[in-house]
Amino acid sequence: MADEYLLNVRNLRTYFHLDEGTLKAVDGVDFAIPKRKTLGMIGESGCGKSVTAASIMRTILPPGQIVEGSLAFQRSSGEVVDLATLDPFGSTIRAIRGQEIAMIFQDPTASLSPVHTIGQQIMEMVLLHRTNNKKAAKEIVLDMLDRVGLPNPAQQFNAYPHQLSGGMCQRCMIAQALSCNPSLLIADEPTTALDVTVQAQIIELIRELQDELGMSVLYITHDLGVIAEVADMVAVMYLGRIVEYADTRTIFKAPRHPYTQRLLKAIPTLTQQAGGYLENIAGNVPVPLDPPAQCGFTSRCLIAEEGLCDRKVPPLEEIEPGHLVRCFLADGALTTPVQEAA
Amino acid sequence: MTSSTQPGSLLIQVEHLQKYFPIEKGLLKSVVGHVRAVDDVTLSVYRNETLGLVGESGSGKTTLGRCLLRAIEPTGGTVTFHPRNGAPIDVLALDKPGLKALRRQVQLVFQNPYSALDPRKTVLQIVSEPLILHNVVRGDALIARVKELLDLVGLEVKHMNRYPHAFSGGQRQRIGIARALALNPEFIVADEPVSALDVSIQAQILNLLQDLRRELNLSFLFIAHGLNVIKHVSNRVAVMYVGKVVEMADVNDLFVHPRHPYTEALLSAIPNPDPDLRMQRIILPGEVANPANPPSGCHFHPRCRYAVERCKQEVPTWEEKAPGHFVACHRTDEIELIGVPLVG
Repeated sequence: MADEYLLNVRNLRTYFHLDEGTLKAVDGVDFAIPKRKTLGMIGESGCGKSVTAASIMRTILPPGQIVEGSLAFQRSSGEVVDLATLDPFGSTIRAIRGQEIAMIFQDPTASLSPVHTIGQQIMEMVLLHRTNNKKAAKEIVLDMLDRVGLPNPAQQFNAYPHQLSGGMCQRCMIAQALSCNPSLLIADEPTTALDVTVQAQIIELIRELQDELGMSVLYITHDLGVIAEVADMVAVMYLGRIVEYADTRTIFKAPRHPYTQRLLKAIPTLTQQAGGYLENIAGNVPVPLDPPAQCGFTSRCLIAEEGLCDRKVPPLEEIEPGHLVRCFLADGALTTPVQEAA
Repeated sequence: MTSSTQPGSLLIQVEHLQKYFPIEKGLLKSVVGHVRAVDDVTLSVYRNETLGLVGESGSGKTTLGRCLLRAIEPTGGTVTFHPRNGAPIDVLALDKPGLKALRRQVQLVFQNPYSALDPRKTVLQIVSEPLILHNVVRGDALIARVKELLDLVGLEVKHMNRYPHAFSGGQRQRIGIARALALNPEFIVADEPVSALDVSIQAQILNLLQDLRRELNLSFLFIAHGLNVIKHVSNRVAVMYVGKVVEMADVNDLFVHPRHPYTEALLSAIPNPDPDLRMQRIILPGEVANPANPPSGCHFHPRCRYAVERCKQEVPTWEEKAPGHFVACHRTDEIELIGVPLVG
């Protein structure tokens, strides 16, 4: 059982201790990423998606702190380590970070160094983790740039990021992330800053490389359409917690948490008749600053029950095999299935 | 709103509109070329309709929108505004007072609600500014009008003395909309009004804009890069590619039966939040062409899978292929393009 999973996150809590109080950015998150699969993580801004990713990479800096939880990661040697207990500046995490777990970020032009060439930046990583030989490193980089579909790698090797378009920069970031054959790729909104036609290219590229290299992917985005395309399983986050977890089909066809249901109704789709009215979710995502012990969605939920939902935090329960929901009322007749697209 | 809403009379007519930005080089600023941001665009907006304008970044959507109210000075073509009462106005020939008068009737809503509001002014000051500038109301009547506007866009009147930082993105966009509505405009250019917002907030703003359109008889030019949003709000849609409008049609017609290969590719590239509906994805090779140095002939030909020799040489003409369905493509009659099926 444990062997199927590359990363097993249990009860992760990452808090930021601020003057105003404790910001509970990630407040009890559990999920596991199976080998060679893609877990999609979806949620609105401020729900803790990126902090979860940074916690896995151990790049949370004070005032932020992982206060609880375990991050069991299976290394390529087969050994299982708890990332949460590692020294964030120690040699173990530095060997894992970049080499076994790699990350690509939202804004490719801002994430690459403007004063180094593309080639230098990727070489740095290869020299650090794979080889000391500069010539061999350059070979690896050129091969990688070719694999991500950068036209004319030998020439682009000496280009600076400002000379490339956003889509090309994202390809370079992917080349950098994958240059050390990581077993886990964390993609934090990798296509949000790109145009749709370029987004389609990048999604296709990540999928191809995943098949080829056999890695797992944690794909973080707020775009439900992208998630439907790339993910095998989906975790829906709201206010620092996972509120629903299931395989992609179930999330889109038979969601049980009121937030997921409402979110799906709130987006206009291409197949609908034009016009009509969207069922929006009133209000805003609250700020999780010293949040009361209650379901985070209570204030915006239409079916919340007084005295129940606002009194304690609902547990994440398995209501059917592989389908976990964090809602007291998920079993009741109160939740309505989302209309099936005929 | 349904797409079958009868469009009213002509409101804005744009003919052969052109905006070339000069590229200057060297000490003497000699002009070495032009960025053809908007290149010979012809379209019209009718009363009580929303014309959706879609395209990728750099296609000239924003420049086109701003040229309509001369926030950017076009370099050629004509824009004619037909006000509710009075004679048609040649927008490009207006002098300063004339332009000020025009802007009572044509307003802008911006993309980024964080940078479009002055952080040092209160909501009351922001929303009342156009009313004061145009000398519409004063004193108590001014406060009353601001309250009315805030109420209209769904903001709490008691918050009007707060500063923009106290509001969330969605609320700030509502403030921007209230400001645009202050002078009772007839026409609003909404430049990506929801792309900076979260999904659940997007829906709130889209619904608000639709309500306002109906209640106040407004017309919109709605600029966006998200086709799902465009489909939801528009009556008609224009698709832009490298400075040119390549296709324009009724919204359902365009989505179900696209007639330009770029529209087809754009439709197929949209990730659909329905795991059962897998469209045949057309991956366009390469990137959007550079408007400073666009390809010869049809600008889309290097990425087009239907391109033939003729597309490299001749610029396709803008033709009405079916009633209300305009397209600029040499091969539109010969090729069968796939759209998005309507479900439900």
